[in-house]
Amino acid sequence: MLTPEEIAEIEIEAGHYPKREAVCIDALKIVQRHRGWVSDESVRDIAEQLGMSATDVDSVATFYNLIFRKPVGRHVVMVCDSVSCWIMGYDRVKKHLGERLGIEHGQTTSDDRFTMLPIVCLGCCDHAPAMMVDSDLHGDLNPERIDSALEKYK
Amino acid sequence: MAIVYVDNKPCEMNPEENLLHGCLSNGFKLPYFCWHPALGSVGACRQCAVKQFKDANDRLGKIVMSCMTPAAEGTRISIADPEVVAFRGGIIEGLMLNHPHDCPVCDEGGECHLQDMTVMTGHDYRRYEFDKRTFRNQDLGPLVNHEMNRCIQCYRCVRYYRDYAGGNDLNAFASRDQVFFGRSEDGVLESEFSGNLVEICPTGVFTDKTLKHHYARKWDQQFAPSVCVHCALGCNTDAGERFGTLRRIVNRYNHEVNGYFLCDRGRFGYEFVNSKVRLRQPVLRGRPTSAALARKHLDQTVAEGRAIGIGSPRTSLEANFALRTLVGADHFYSGIADPEAKLVRLMLEILRQGPMRTPTLREIEECDVVLILGEDLTNVAPRMALAVRQSVRQQPMEAVKKLKIPLWLDHGVRDAMQDAKGPLYIATPYRTRLDDVATATFRAAPDDLARFGFAIAHALDSGAPKSQDWPPADEIARALKAAKKPLVISGTSCASEAVIEAAANVAMAAHAALSFTAPECNSIGAALMGGNSLSAAFQAVRDGYADTVIVLENDLYRRAPSAEVDSMLKAAPHVIVLDHLSNPTTEKAELVLPAGTFAESDGTFISSEGRVQRFFQVSVPQIEVMASWRWLKPDHWQNLDDVLRAMGRALPELEAACDAAPSSTFRIAGAKIPRSPHRESGRTAALVNINISEPKAPDDPDSALSFSMEGTPEQPPAALIPFFWSPSWNSIQAVNTYQKEVGGPLRGGDAGVRLFEPAPRNGQPYFSAVPPAFSPRRCEWLLVPMYHIFGSDELSLAAPGIRELTAKPHVALNSDEFAEGAEVEVICADGTFRLPVTIQREMPAGVAALSVGISPVVGISLPAWGKIARPK
Amino acid sequence: MTGNSEKPLTERMRGDGSAVDLEAYELAGGYQAIRKVLRTGMIPMAVTEEVKTANLRGRGGAGFQTGLKWSFVPRGRDVPNPTYLVVNGDEMEPGTFKDRLLMERDPHQLIEGAIVAAFAIEADIAYIFLRGEYTLAAERLARAIAEAYERHYLGKDIFGSSYSLELYLHLSGGRYICGDETGLLNALEGKRANPRAKPPFPVVAGLFGKPTVVNNVETISCVPHIINHGAEWFNGLSKTKDGGTKLYGVSGRVKHPGLWELPMGTTAREILEEHAGGMRDGVKFRGLLPGGSSTPFIVEEHLDTPMDYTEMPKAGSRLGTGTMIVLDNKTCPVGMAWNMTKFFARESCGFCTPCWSGLGWAERILKSMEDGRGQPGDLDKLAFQAKMWSPGNTFCALAPGAADPLETSMKYFREDFERHIREHRCPWS
Repeated sequence: MLTPEEIAEIEIEAGHYPKREAVCIDALKIVQRHRGWVSDESVRDIAEQLGMSATDVDSVATFYNLIFRKPVGRHVVMVCDSVSCWIMGYDRVKKHLGERLGIEHGQTTSDDRFTMLPIVCLGCCDHAPAMMVDSDLHGDLNPERIDSALEKYK
Repeated sequence: MAIVYVDNKPCEMNPEENLLHGCLSNGFKLPYFCWHPALGSVGACRQCAVKQFKDANDRLGKIVMSCMTPAAEGTRISIADPEVVAFRGGIIEGLMLNHPHDCPVCDEGGECHLQDMTVMTGHDYRRYEFDKRTFRNQDLGPLVNHEMNRCIQCYRCVRYYRDYAGGNDLNAFASRDQVFFGRSEDGVLESEFSGNLVEICPTGVFTDKTLKHHYARKWDQQFAPSVCVHCALGCNTDAGERFGTLRRIVNRYNHEVNGYFLCDRGRFGYEFVNSKVRLRQPVLRGRPTSAALARKHLDQTVAEGRAIGIGSPRTSLEANFALRTLVGADHFYSGIADPEAKLVRLMLEILRQGPMRTPTLREIEECDVVLILGEDLTNVAPRMALAVRQSVRQQPMEAVKKLKIPLWLDHGVRDAMQDAKGPLYIATPYRTRLDDVATATFRAAPDDLARFGFAIAHALDSGAPKSQDWPPADEIARALKAAKKPLVISGTSCASEAVIEAAANVAMAAHAALSFTAPECNSIGAALMGGNSLSAAFQAVRDGYADTVIVLENDLYRRAPSAEVDSMLKAAPHVIVLDHLSNPTTEKAELVLPAGTFAESDGTFISSEGRVQRFFQVSVPQIEVMASWRWLKPDHWQNLDDVLRAMGRALPELEAACDAAPSSTFRIAGAKIPRSPHRESGRTAALVNINISEPKAPDDPDSALSFSMEGTPEQPPAALIPFFWSPSWNSIQAVNTYQKEVGGPLRGGDAGVRLFEPAPRNGQPYFSAVPPAFSPRRCEWLLVPMYHIFGSDELSLAAPGIRELTAKPHVALNSDEFAEGAEVEVICADGTFRLPVTIQREMPAGVAALSVGISPVVGISLPAWGKIARPK
Repeated sequence: MTGNSEKPLTERMRGDGSAVDLEAYELAGGYQAIRKVLRTGMIPMAVTEEVKTANLRGRGGAGFQTGLKWSFVPRGRDVPNPTYLVVNGDEMEPGTFKDRLLMERDPHQLIEGAIVAAFAIEADIAYIFLRGEYTLAAERLARAIAEAYERHYLGKDIFGSSYSLELYLHLSGGRYICGDETGLLNALEGKRANPRAKPPFPVVAGLFGKPTVVNNVETISCVPHIINHGAEWFNGLSKTKDGGTKLYGVSGRVKHPGLWELPMGTTAREILEEHAGGMRDGVKFRGLLPGGSSTPFIVEEHLDTPMDYTEMPKAGSRLGTGTMIVLDNKTCPVGMAWNMTKFFARESCGFCTPCWSGLGWAERILKSMEDGRGQPGDLDKLAFQAKMWSPGNTFCALAPGAADPLETSMKYFREDFERHIREHRCPWS
């Protein structure tokens, strides 16, 4: 079941479009913001709210990188692996994160604190290598900066 | 026509179409995947690439997709240009990257479009050395199998299922080279037209699951042109058998009727032919006997005393006529219950008289304003519902045309059209499966539906009788008046003459086309055959007038309440029954004669369009099973042509049946038409376990078809096409080579003869019997019939897949008294039934809809008043 | 705006990285362009003509003449409405980071540009389509839009005129193909972001089937300045035929990676050496991609080419987004090609065969080369695939964009590829 807050936010966005199906992606992001990820149940709930089939909502959800259809940790670390970050040291960043967190891309730490994922170019190329943790951008990464960045996210 | 130069050869092409369509219509072997004549172009697969040149001097040219390029006058292209040949080979290479080496074990093999296109491009060497992506398959129900590893991401399945058929539980998931086509979770595909996926899918992702029960390759099957027996629309099919077992039904293209598509009941209902309850031997007084003895008993019994015959609307004209001839016209009785017979006769009169013309199913797609009065088309005339789904695009397409978007540019048209549709108006007592594309729906009791129709007609023409003032009726009248091709659809589902008459009035006032649905595959034919009423048959037995009752392919328990049938069959001294499956009527018979099904008989049906069509047997049944007309015929009728001639003489209106197909003497360059593809194997080895001598191929005295692969390689006339195949085209795409223009009529004309072409005329009087407004009763409900595509048809219910999909019968109504799903007792004159309730809030007060055709709700006469109460 | 500035896009930006708020923007001359348009009674076509004369070319990468695109919008009462303006803020081209700067640091510039552009095409509704990862830009744009609504710079009867415009901010679900004009339209309609075939063009049947213009953030940001100072001034800012200034960027192993607003047509050498400070100590220049991943490599001999839309093709490349990615001699070109091909393969929408099947195959070949398992026939296979991805062979420009760096890296650094195969290893690892 969607919460009243989620429904209210979805309906505000829905007012921006001439048809309800158009708010599908916004709805998925709103639910994910509240819950961390989008479950099968949420897909069904969103479908009902928008008058669409669950299949149609899921077809959209599985297309987009930022919609998580599997549970994630409390914080999502997205490491840019595109070309400028790669030139400037993505491999070292990935290695360091892998050692610090003990996980590979797509995995979650055993205490549920972090999920690590690759992400395409973050538009931070003059401060490469870069990553995002939740909504925050962290650039000019080296092992110290990575460690101090992660500190903030409990 | 435009002139397009293909490798410097001038070719005529339709300038309203694209180059791929033009090249294929000119017989060029240009490979393609995502384009389909019924779905248009999207430009996804890139397989149909050609080189386009600016002019005769341009040496370089550029690669374009022929499906996305208009066939404009003066266009110059090359199919053979080496660079584009290499490109097309590269596309196949790309598609084959992830394709498993499944051919030997894949059901599609031998009729696979991917195989054909791979050979056509000449690509034959695997350079890819990495892993292939794999998927977990889904269980999509008993009819369609899912094998995603074979997918080539052509998007045809979702375009057909969603855009064409209106389904919403199949879509594309994920992206890049890992797109998955399926449902959000395992489950039965909800569309009643899901079976067409098996022909739409160019590889073996979606295949016929029922065929897996008894698989055989296309080249190994024996086929025959047939007509679907599961409703009155008369969709053309090809039946495929091997070694005496019916294996499957595939679509037989008929430009005017079914086009490229069937419904699931028609495609998968055939398994009743292989049912365990099939009657395979004559049974005399409970003991199996030989055909000869059974025939002797039949002749003797008929010779002693008076025999009456009860015909059937679900068997052929020939069978009905043979019975009529055997017992005599005066002793021949209609197998249709009186009320329904009256309705069908009324519809017949209207179709004959006109001035309204009844359109073909294809013409329905082109109608721009449609009013459906009283019918849930998807459940009673499914292929017509699919046609109406296309009709709602007509008016929006006019706006698209103004934007100069070619109509074959499928996504361009749909993106411009967005959700615009209609106008389509649906007036029924209960929810229908077409409601999602309706402009407006109107729910009312049958009498009020009739009054609604009368009001619309009066709004169109003040000379038509009035019922009452009704703003929605005015809106519909305005829409019909402004239409280019208006259409009214009605039928027997409300069991109301008034509804049919009202529909006729609307059509007349609007100068619209008029379509009727009918209950069974030969309702129209049986009505034309005539005969005394069914109630008169029962009366004749009660009066002691009949010594022998012969029942032809008709379970009387589905025509009348069981008590009545019980007493009639008990009272009759001799009861002889012909049928395919054992049923309550056959159980009461003294003599049971196993009747050949459509797969084992030849015959003729007349569809609700009034199209006379012939079906041909695909296999020779075992010796004790015969076509009904052969059981009942007089000795001097040797073959089918003799029956047809006699019938034409006795009943001149049915003379057209002779023209439904070429006669048994038809030949092409002296040769018969083979039922089997020329590569069929094992025919002579089939019976080796019984007798090692090579059996002679059975004779077919009734048709121009042969029971073997021997015969002419030429393409036969439409009515005689057993399968579609031509060199390089092993898959169903071979249909392209049988059409003059791809997507158009078959060369030489499509199958079937239309009976009703009324002369347009004025001054036809309107029907004037306007019923009084419906008055709900306080403690009673008006029970109306409700039909189910899976369940209401007798024969298909014996197909395991259809049976699995058949819901339990229920009663739908609008009431606060009962909860959804609660069990209630429905009590009416013809019986008491315990059924679950379905709440439909839009239904009119005092009206309840009862599932019919599914045991135990059979043989009752509706509409009727009844009580609905909680069980005691 | 203050003076006839040389850096109209960036001059108001603050050193501390905070956004220029509404007061500061107006104090610096902001929202004068829309006032001028509405209060002097300019007609939409006049605004369109001015932008056309200014030779403003689309800064999203394609470089189409903006004013010309606007002139194609059907006008008049019979036109299906509403007409839409969509601002493409889906900056995801690897190596590109210019629109981020504009949106985070001067959001009102973009908003004013959108209002003027919307007016020019007689649009009723405008969307800013912003990539979901640009969270700071989202926050600042949302605030700026709210501020503009409060002042009635958006909504009904702007500046007391009869022109009304609704402006909505949409955050993307995250996919590179959303940056493709028609892919974006499908995403905005709540669908999978498969691109659409053209024709029909968005000006004919675009968002929700209605006439639509899609323009890049940087393009729109130029618009108020053209109206304020005129087309002639805008042309005068440039060193070449293409008008205006350009945000040029450099990433890679240079001394000062960054972003600078410079006259359109500045040479690659000047940007690389004078603004980015040249290569870092210890590494040498080998080549660069002038405008993000989807552009062909240029090498030393091309560095004096002016970086604009007309001149770059003469060097066998394209301006693209104008943000350069530098390859140094200590970075493996095969690895770089692999990284970029992997990006394109991952971002393929899955619609057309050469892209979804070929990119993944090419990625796997390049990876195996990097891992020392390259085969002698690999370069031919890669060349064949790159040819399969030529424009027109595929449904959209994603795969042709992937072909550019791959083909040119094999052209300019072929020996490096061959070494990987011969030596069964990556010589840089």
